[in-house]
Amino acid sequence: MSLEQFKNRNVGVQSYKTLDVGTPPKTGMEKFTQVVKRSVKGELFVGLGVVMKRMLEALFKNDMHTVKYPFEKMPISPRYRAIHEMLRLLESGNYRCIGCGLCEKICISNCISMETRYDENQRKEVSEYTINFGRCIFCGYCAEVCPELAIVHGQRYETASEQRAGFSLFEDMLTPIDQLNLQQEFDGFGAVSPNADDNIKQTPLAY
Amino acid sequence: MSELETIDNMISITIDGTEFKAKEGEYILNAARANNVFIPAICYLTRCSPTLACRICLVEADGKQVYACNAKVKDGMNITVDTPNILEERRAIMEVYDVNHPLQCGVCDKSGECELQNYTLHLGVDSQSYMIPDTKRETANWSSVLHYDAGLCIVCERCTTVCKDMIGDAAIKTVKRGGEALDKGFKDSMPKDAYSMWNKLQKSIIAPSNGTGETNCSDCGECAAVCPVGALVSRDFVYSSNAWDLKRVPAVSAHSSDGFQIYYEVKPTSIEDRTEKIYRVTNEWNYVSLDGSARFAYDFQNTTATKDEKAFNSAIEAFKKADTIRFNSMITNEEALMLQTLKEKMGVKLYNPEVKAFQTFLNYYEASSGNSLWTTDTDSIMKKSDFVISIGSALRNDSPGMKYAFNNVQKLNKGAGLYFHPVGDTLIPTFGKNIESFNHKVGLEELALYLVLDLFADKDKLPEDVKSYIDSFKKSEKQTIQEKLVKTVKEMVLNEESGEEEEVSKKVTEMVEKEVTVTVNTLVDILGGDSSKFDATFEKMMKKKESFVMMLGEDLYYHNKAENIAKLVALVEATCNIDIVMTPPKSNALGVALICELDDEQSGYTIGYNENGDFRLSALGNGDIDMPAMNQQEGTLTSMNKRVLPTNAAVDYNGYELNDLMKELIDAPELTIDWTQKLPTDRGFKSVAFDDLPNSFENDGTDNRGYILETSNVDTELPKVEKCDESSVLDGEIAYRCNPARQFNDFTDKSHEIFEPFALYASKDKAESLGEKVEVIFDNGTITLDVIADEKMTGDIVKVADFKALEGVYDLFGGSRYKTVTLRKV
Repeated sequence: MSLEQFKNRNVGVQSYKTLDVGTPPKTGMEKFTQVVKRSVKGELFVGLGVVMKRMLEALFKNDMHTVKYPFEKMPISPRYRAIHEMLRLLESGNYRCIGCGLCEKICISNCISMETRYDENQRKEVSEYTINFGRCIFCGYCAEVCPELAIVHGQRYETASEQRAGFSLFEDMLTPIDQLNLQQEFDGFGAVSPNADDNIKQTPLAY
Repeated sequence: MSELETIDNMISITIDGTEFKAKEGEYILNAARANNVFIPAICYLTRCSPTLACRICLVEADGKQVYACNAKVKDGMNITVDTPNILEERRAIMEVYDVNHPLQCGVCDKSGECELQNYTLHLGVDSQSYMIPDTKRETANWSSVLHYDAGLCIVCERCTTVCKDMIGDAAIKTVKRGGEALDKGFKDSMPKDAYSMWNKLQKSIIAPSNGTGETNCSDCGECAAVCPVGALVSRDFVYSSNAWDLKRVPAVSAHSSDGFQIYYEVKPTSIEDRTEKIYRVTNEWNYVSLDGSARFAYDFQNTTATKDEKAFNSAIEAFKKADTIRFNSMITNEEALMLQTLKEKMGVKLYNPEVKAFQTFLNYYEASSGNSLWTTDTDSIMKKSDFVISIGSALRNDSPGMKYAFNNVQKLNKGAGLYFHPVGDTLIPTFGKNIESFNHKVGLEELALYLVLDLFADKDKLPEDVKSYIDSFKKSEKQTIQEKLVKTVKEMVLNEESGEEEEVSKKVTEMVEKEVTVTVNTLVDILGGDSSKFDATFEKMMKKKESFVMMLGEDLYYHNKAENIAKLVALVEATCNIDIVMTPPKSNALGVALICELDDEQSGYTIGYNENGDFRLSALGNGDIDMPAMNQQEGTLTSMNKRVLPTNAAVDYNGYELNDLMKELIDAPELTIDWTQKLPTDRGFKSVAFDDLPNSFENDGTDNRGYILETSNVDTELPKVEKCDESSVLDGEIAYRCNPARQFNDFTDKSHEIFEPFALYASKDKAESLGEKVEVIFDNGTITLDVIADEKMTGDIVKVADFKALEGVYDLFGGSRYKTVTLRKV
């Protein structure tokens, strides 16, 4: 690679294109004419007309165009990255997290900690799990790396709190067992793509 | 040793077009590893015999496919690591290993450091072409420390190999799995080696070799260390941490005197408690094998310590009025030097019953042999020796490193061994076919050395009196022996064809009784052997043997004829072609012996450092002032291999150190490790700063840790040895001061993965006759102990553990290791 472009230190002039925005008014008269033109052109009334139309719709057709936040919330994209949720297996109600520790490892702000142990059923059990939301930058890597779709980003985007460092434990993020039927499959980061089956070669099975 | 090898035995080989030097007779794989060339291999362990289980180390040598792990290098050999055919074999082998391997990497303890993962990725296995129905394989706990998940096992047999070839317990073996037979179609469709490897794999699984579900072994955990997958894991570690979360702290095993290289692996204790905790101990298992205390006795740190100024001031007071400092060998070189400096400046006595006898013995040895230290070490024993003699050490309990060397020589160097010890041990003879074990009476160690002189000495060099003394044991005896006699008998037989009688000669064997005069070596009989068979056995043992070594143990240091024994050892060294190695009793005994001038006894006001005393410094947290334990401090330890090894702090320590006291008392430097440079150079230490000490192994296994002590050698005359005084033989009920295999001191006992109790250990029969609990009555006191049967012991001598300093077992035994006692059932 040539070092030419590094040696040209006239920063800011090499590859910029200027837009044609016309020439700004110069004399006092030109400025006055511009103000008058903009004020009385009638565009103002177009806007007022739209507002009037929506108001009438709301009053007489019961067609609201605003939501009553915080009592109502707009639906957000599944790809939005808000406070994490821990999902359960739909069939058994057990939590999906297997304690593999990949989220802990990949977390770039180092805010996930977990403890695991060998439980009575000879399985790996997550005995403690916490995310420090004072540090979390909601990058979504944890959800993307999770092999079980256990940790996902939910819809709770209000993260304002009294103190900067807010911790959440496993139970706080876990789907409540009585709301298991309401648990939504996650379409965001790390979710299985619709054509996933086409991209893998199946392992032969002897039975 | 190394000089010889570098000059004489180096040949040149070519690997993938690059020329390398290799030792003659070495396996291709080892030569490649030594030269930093990567050849994939799963089942081979550098210091063990080839298993040929994985077949992945296939290479092409001079146009022929060979297994790199069991084909030896030849001069001018041309080796290609990858050929298309070999790559195909390797890929097929890895695919086979992945067949039915549980997809639980997410939870597996080995994930991230798993060789199955690594090689699967390395060989680019992204699809599977083989299949077979799986067999249910159960998870089992083999012992108090071993957890085996058969489902994950790839039967590489590394565990069984290391247990047999290195550890010597041979506690596990491959057994039948009861798996489905392979589809015949695979035989033609898949690569040959992959098929035969799969065929074997499908039939076998690992299990304890005694047929029960439990291993009866020394619980060293080396099998778990070498396991390439997550099949064998320590029970305590299962599912407790991912490998990548642990930080490795290089250190030295603190308990035995072997100076094993270890890593303390640490990470925060829990989410609430962010102080670091040791989760496990790992090692460079290709170059060093650990014993149970090194691997499992790691959490002995002093956690409760704080900077208690009141205790500090009273400690200063105590030091000012102290007459004696009593300590043991669980101390770094630096601390030992501090105590020695204290002695020089303040005139306190240094009392250390663990080391004193050893130090005296070393002095006797130096005076009579001219060598400042012994002449070989365990590494070179394993590399070249083929005949090992062990005298005066309960090999299985005293010194794991010596036990491994003794065993490894039998297995890998086609060696032979003589084992002299009063306590019978059933394990030692299983190390090899050519082992003679002598269970002599207590006190006859001198005669054992005389027997060594008789068997190995160059008779021209021996002094006349020794020669005649040895000859006095030889007796001519008339014996009637049965001899085979072949007679030729001539017979007249009728030839049927010709009808004539012919003379035919026939050979007939007859047993004839014959009276012969034979020389009987009664020395063998006195030592508990059988002289009638020994000559023939010994002749067989001596076949093709070149390098001889003698291991000396703690019994000799505590012998009341220690001086004469040291002279005999010097005489053996001077007249036989035998190298000597000694076992320092416990931890840093050698360092203490070299650095401190120890006194014979304690008197007056005594400060005990991890020992009994009027004022007690303790790293166990139960004394008057806290001290850091060995895993909480930096410093150096001196090992059996004459190496000064650096060890690092793995866990936090918040209290005062010995150096803080020294700063108050004498002119001491800022840090403990500032003393490292001041270690006495006239005793072989070097003036090297702690931070400059290297701590690694070379790829060919060369130990680069720390430095080797400088040893000196002065020509001396042959020592004048005395005859064996058989009056010192002990009879009756005898107690032997000896710890169970994984216990060395209070610190091993404190560790939660060490379970051997403080008790009296006896052979099975003896334990039955003693009952559950006995009172052991010595001349100067009694101790009440539980009786535990040690299945590998034989004979009537009982072992009394000494690892609890506060029980004062050393004081009960006085200056010896064996005592006649009265055992009373309680």
